[in-house]
Amino acid sequence: MLQRSKKSGQAYFPPRPFFPGDPSQEVEWFQASGKATLLSYVINNRPPPGFEGPVGLCVVKLAEGPTMLTNITDCEQTPEALILDMALELAPHTVNEEVTLPLFRPAKGG
Amino acid sequence: MPTRGGTAVVGAAEMVNASGRIPELSQLGLQAGAAIAAMKDAGIGPKDVDGIACVGNPAEVAWYLGMDPPSYVDGTSVGGCSFMLHVRHAVAAIEAGLAKTIVVTHGESGKSQLGRAGFGGGRQTMNAQYEGWTGVTGPPSMFTIPVKRYMKETGTTEEHLAAVAVAQREWAGKNPNAVMKDPITVDDVLNSRMIAYPFRLLMCCLVTDGAGALIITSADRAKDFPTKPVYILGTGESVETPMVSQMKDLTRSGAFRVAGPRAMSDAGITHKDVNHLMIYDAFAHLPIYGLEDLGFVGRGEAGPFIAAGNTRPGGKLPLNTNGGGLSYTHSGMYGMYALQESVRQVRGTAAAQVPDVKVAVSHGVGGMFMASGTIVFSNERP
Repeated sequence: MLQRSKKSGQAYFPPRPFFPGDPSQEVEWFQASGKATLLSYVINNRPPPGFEGPVGLCVVKLAEGPTMLTNITDCEQTPEALILDMALELAPHTVNEEVTLPLFRPAKGG
Repeated sequence: MPTRGGTAVVGAAEMVNASGRIPELSQLGLQAGAAIAAMKDAGIGPKDVDGIACVGNPAEVAWYLGMDPPSYVDGTSVGGCSFMLHVRHAVAAIEAGLAKTIVVTHGESGKSQLGRAGFGGGRQTMNAQYEGWTGVTGPPSMFTIPVKRYMKETGTTEEHLAAVAVAQREWAGKNPNAVMKDPITVDDVLNSRMIAYPFRLLMCCLVTDGAGALIITSADRAKDFPTKPVYILGTGESVETPMVSQMKDLTRSGAFRVAGPRAMSDAGITHKDVNHLMIYDAFAHLPIYGLEDLGFVGRGEAGPFIAAGNTRPGGKLPLNTNGGGLSYTHSGMYGMYALQESVRQVRGTAAAQVPDVKVAVSHGVGGMFMASGTIVFSNERP
């Protein structure tokens, strides 16, 4: 889910109860496509406890426009596998009943 | 716009040493020690100062110093460039008559961690919710995230990043107070330990203890002080985003592009007037972004410009001549040390003195491309 202006349709992130820059515009939640591309990343060699080995910290550009920081799953965490501008799709990761993380994975079929 | 050269630095002092450690002083002790040393440089004491600026609690520092309750207080805290903003606000305050003599002080027990408040923010903060969960471990794994994009769009290489560290180490070799002085090569940098690909250890800043302070007053009053005034010609400041992933363009700093040009236009200078430049270098890409965002070079030219030797000793644009955060000192918030080096260069008292510095630009970053501040200094009042 993302938020957007009802007037212009422009999406924004992170969520907030008003449109950034013009709070007079009404906003609404909508179902996002889950599509994104890889904009930039580093591979953190020493991530915090809970991560196994180096982890890519990836800025992805959502098809709807906003950017967000996430991890790319189902993908080796190497410069050879993490290719800028590669197509990605949402891969929700359930942590517990309350928390589901918006991970991404390489898009199936390109 | 404040008057060009209407204010001046009349006192400056720094507490930095080659060990990177000042284990006998807490953070408050460092803030006070630097402030007292800067006042001594200006021939005054705490009772002669009617304005205070620092990161943290100005009341704590003012009281601890024994100042009378001041008429001007600034606790702006936007990361390492906060001190550039403190200077800018001091200029405006003095011009507006809010205070006559302002101390801007900084002390940070970055290495020894004495009396240092931890980074705040629980799991409810924006940064924790939208960035923290991905496996970040502080600035080395976050400030560096935009760079792959910059490299792809401009052709900048890992060798260019390494060249930044090499040039600054060469300057540090001339500075007895620098922590890292031994010469290094591009290969040394590229073979140093991987921290967060593509960033290696020697592309990342030091962690040290340190302190520094400035005394600022009006140019008219500056004549009455024992030091050679360092005039403030122009200033700039801005903020963009608290989260690096939310930069509007990962290859340009929106805050740099407001603060830098504003300072230079207020100062009435062009790039070719600049004899000496400091660009806050927490990591090796910052001088590259800074050179480009401030307009010293064109798109994608900063890496090759540095690799060609233009910023090293003897080059046409001396940059980060104390050795920078990479080789000199970096206590966490480095901006004060950049300002101190600019002041020394304009006074003609730097360890690696550049000949005939008339105009010096000091450009800072705060957070991770979150904030920016720029100050233009000169030895001449326009």
